[in-house]
Amino acid sequence: MRRTFLTLLLLSAAPAQADSLMPSAALADTQLPDARQEEQATALMETLRCLVCQGQSIADSNAEMAGDMRALVRRRIAAGEKPDDIRTWLIARYGNWVSYDPPLDAVTWPLWAMPVLLIAAGLYLARGRFRRRGR
Amino acid sequence: MSADVPRSDAAKRGLRLILWAPLVLFLIFLAMFASGLIRPGSRDIPSRMVGKPLPGFALPEGAPGHPPLADAAFRQGQPRLLNVFASWCVPCAAEAPQLLQLARAGVPIDAIAIRDRPQDVAGFLAKWGDPYAAIGSDVDSSVQIAMGSAGVPESFVIDGKGIIRHQHIGAIEPEDVPAILAAVRNAR
Repeated sequence: MRRTFLTLLLLSAAPAQADSLMPSAALADTQLPDARQEEQATALMETLRCLVCQGQSIADSNAEMAGDMRALVRRRIAAGEKPDDIRTWLIARYGNWVSYDPPLDAVTWPLWAMPVLLIAAGLYLARGRFRRRGR
Repeated sequence: MSADVPRSDAAKRGLRLILWAPLVLFLIFLAMFASGLIRPGSRDIPSRMVGKPLPGFALPEGAPGHPPLADAAFRQGQPRLLNVFASWCVPCAAEAPQLLQLARAGVPIDAIAIRDRPQDVAGFLAKWGDPYAAIGSDVDSSVQIAMGSAGVPESFVIDGKGIIRHQHIGAIEPEDVPAILAAVRNAR
């Protein structure tokens, strides 16, 4: 009885993330006529994170908000704005979180330093082993 | 091979300590995974626009019988609540009673309807109640993105000079009402 009730409850539950009835924005899925501008826009979209489906870029995501962000990127590129300026504009709104191209700062420096440090540690260890074997 | 090499006592002691390192690392990882499972990090993306002026906008009418919405409405000297919602958004219906409660408490509330049609917004308001003064229609989320809002529903407290003072992400639950009221009071 209780199980049936729970199943019915689960079946009747509406999803928290719904979609609107509106068509996607004008430039969400339409390429720009200028091939060079479209190339710039696509490169930028691949390094911007979707806010709804966290973990996908806005180029990959089917979420409506990702479509609206693609439209925004294409509109601004078409208006002659530089990709870096659009990224900066979005970072000013959502933080570095929105960009897949993290800046080098106090929090992110280990990302660059760790590989170098690990290679250095590896070389040090290898050096010790070779030296011992050489004896 | 290495057994042939004579070791000093200090080196032996160092080796014995190093042998514990993998276990310690493993335990650190275990603690990290456990904390991630027990208390997952928040997925909210707070707006960096809090403390900054509301971006300029002039949106068309979002529902019949309501005036359209422009940023100038938030520079009239009194703090206002700006609710970002949509008729197709389920949590937006869940927060409707709390918005009505805030409106009854004297908080002026305006709304931006995201990717919505005026007739759908009208239906939503008829069903769940209408706490709004002005409603703007943002069909391509451009004003929402300019505000640093990452979804619906979200609510922003704007002071009388047009500065964003507070952001509430997600539906306003009954227990959130006092915090919103306090944020509106502090914006005075």
